[in-house]
Amino acid sequence: MEEISALFNGFAVAMTPFNLLLMLVGVTLGVIIGVLPGLGGANGIAILLPLTFTMPPTSAIIMLSCIYWGALFGGAITSILFNIPGEPWSVATTFDGYPMARNGKAGEALTTAFTSSFVGAFFAIVMITFLAPLVAKFALQFGPPEFFSVYLLTFCSFVGMNKGSPFKTISAMMLGFALATVGMDTVTGQLRLTFGNPELMRGFDFLIAVIGLFGIGEILLSMEEGLAFQGAAAKIRGKVVWETWKQLPKYWATSLRSCLIGCWMGITPGGATPASFMAYGVAKRVSKEGDKFGTGKMEGIVAPETAAHAAGTAALLPMLSLGIPGSPTAAVLLGGLLIWGLQPGPLLFVEKPDFVWGLIASMYLGNLAGLFVVLTCVPLFASILRIPFSIIAPVIIVICAVGAYTVHNATFDVWLMLGFGVLGYVFKKLDYPMAPMVLALVLGDRAEDSFRQSMLISQGSLDVFFSNYLVAGISSVAMLLLFWPLIGKLIGKKKAAAA
Amino acid sequence: MSEHTNNSNEDSVISVRAMDIITAILFLAVGLTVMVGSLKLGASWGSDGPEAGYFPFYISLIIMLSSTVTLYQAAIVNKNKKTESFVDRESFKQVMAVLLPAIVFVLGVQLIGIYVSSVFYIAIFMVWLGKYPIWKAIAVSVGVSVALYLMFEFWFQVPLPHGSWFNPLEFVGVN
Repeated sequence: MEEISALFNGFAVAMTPFNLLLMLVGVTLGVIIGVLPGLGGANGIAILLPLTFTMPPTSAIIMLSCIYWGALFGGAITSILFNIPGEPWSVATTFDGYPMARNGKAGEALTTAFTSSFVGAFFAIVMITFLAPLVAKFALQFGPPEFFSVYLLTFCSFVGMNKGSPFKTISAMMLGFALATVGMDTVTGQLRLTFGNPELMRGFDFLIAVIGLFGIGEILLSMEEGLAFQGAAAKIRGKVVWETWKQLPKYWATSLRSCLIGCWMGITPGGATPASFMAYGVAKRVSKEGDKFGTGKMEGIVAPETAAHAAGTAALLPMLSLGIPGSPTAAVLLGGLLIWGLQPGPLLFVEKPDFVWGLIASMYLGNLAGLFVVLTCVPLFASILRIPFSIIAPVIIVICAVGAYTVHNATFDVWLMLGFGVLGYVFKKLDYPMAPMVLALVLGDRAEDSFRQSMLISQGSLDVFFSNYLVAGISSVAMLLLFWPLIGKLIGKKKAAAA
Repeated sequence: MSEHTNNSNEDSVISVRAMDIITAILFLAVGLTVMVGSLKLGASWGSDGPEAGYFPFYISLIIMLSSTVTLYQAAIVNKNKKTESFVDRESFKQVMAVLLPAIVFVLGVQLIGIYVSSVFYIAIFMVWLGKYPIWKAIAVSVGVSVALYLMFEFWFQVPLPHGSWFNPLEFVGVN
């Protein structure tokens, strides 16, 4: 098994004292980010990215990915103790987590959530360890048409899997693509769509968009709801952890099902949020105690937490092996790779094995560190939430402004961030999805390049996307997903007519 | 989202339907702008392959098509949604209470740098919305600014804006 030996080399890379320290720092920062409203995995990493420019890339990605693990863990704390999901993927955790905490079982609920998260992540990491190199090897044969069809599949699946209006999804996505074209054209060197404005020559950096959309937008939304935190007390004793762990193996079937749902939703860009809802829904339908879900059942925490973490982790698989991120946070990490001078994609496994395997090894260690940190420090993190919003809101806006400025050392970007914040607020309230827009902004240039190269090969004919079995297969699935809202409606009508 | 739904018409600032229509029209405007821009660049097939405006042209076409459908759905299909409130007056006030000072803050960042602007912004926010005593507000806001300085400029050597018009901290050696 060459993967195993590669993985051990990775552990050797990741286990330096400096990297281990960065892991702990990353996880702790991540949990804090996950707990705070307005800061999440995506924009938290975007803000801290400039601080890592001077670090060696492997250490940098270890720290940033650990922030991500921390944020995944942190979301559960606020959901269970305060009934406020710190992250969208922990909404489903509030359904049974908060009632459990109200019943005086906060410790059990938190332990269940953290352990399930860990199990979900672990499952996904094992999958990445063995599947990612295979996918990368396979993708080495890809030419521009294949790559474009994979991009197409990524974006079409947003349309097919999103519950809202498909036209709004397309509009938001295309806005991302349009913003990505602004600035210097990589092929011809021409300036595009800058309309003579020198500030636009840099183009729209997606990091600015992420900080504005998810950071400022979230603050505006929380402000509207007039947050008043009323939390259950939190303390986890060793005995409670042990007692809970003894009960958890009962739910192995739920856990396994949620792992699979999570991995699937993470690789296809469904993301952690729908994965957690789907796993909760399935568990509720399958479980014997399904009708008691929502009153504080452990199983109702196991399902969404396992799936969310599996999805969040699995989103890194396409990012590492194909250079196509499965979630906004994975997109930010991909942006980091580009900044550190690494070309994400299948060649990364061949050219920078130390980096890739160091990262994969750090996933194992980072999640272990995360589990340890959250189990021991819950009261500390819960106390952060007791800081009143009138202090947190301006401080987070200041931090966002710093993050936006440091990307290009430009104050114009801080204005842009504010603009994206308002956009994020309006989009959220009108159900325009933000993830496809961010991914389009990140992948726009690369998708366009592969499209243009394909067009060059075929002399402008779209037949090239159906020229062999592989590319035709991917393109067909993409088209199926694109028209899924329509197809689904037709099937529904037929069923209704038959009944 | 259902929790934002407010059917009492009186304290609604703007309805969801109106916002939907405005957003769709803005999308159309963006699409048109991109289309004009890419046609200027050349959106057809040049001597060496697709021209620079080729890809953006089709993007703009799709934006205009999809937002036309959204506009149609909001304006004609969802006529009955007129009453659903996008934001009520109280929430709108809260949002503006964050947004307007944030705009002034960003202007401050540009003109007099981030440190002094942050001190004023956080302190005023805390006193005005949080009703904190002034000494507490100043302690927190100065603390945040000093922490920012130490973390970014001192340890990681990442420069932050010092003000394009006037650097109020020049005399303490922040250049």
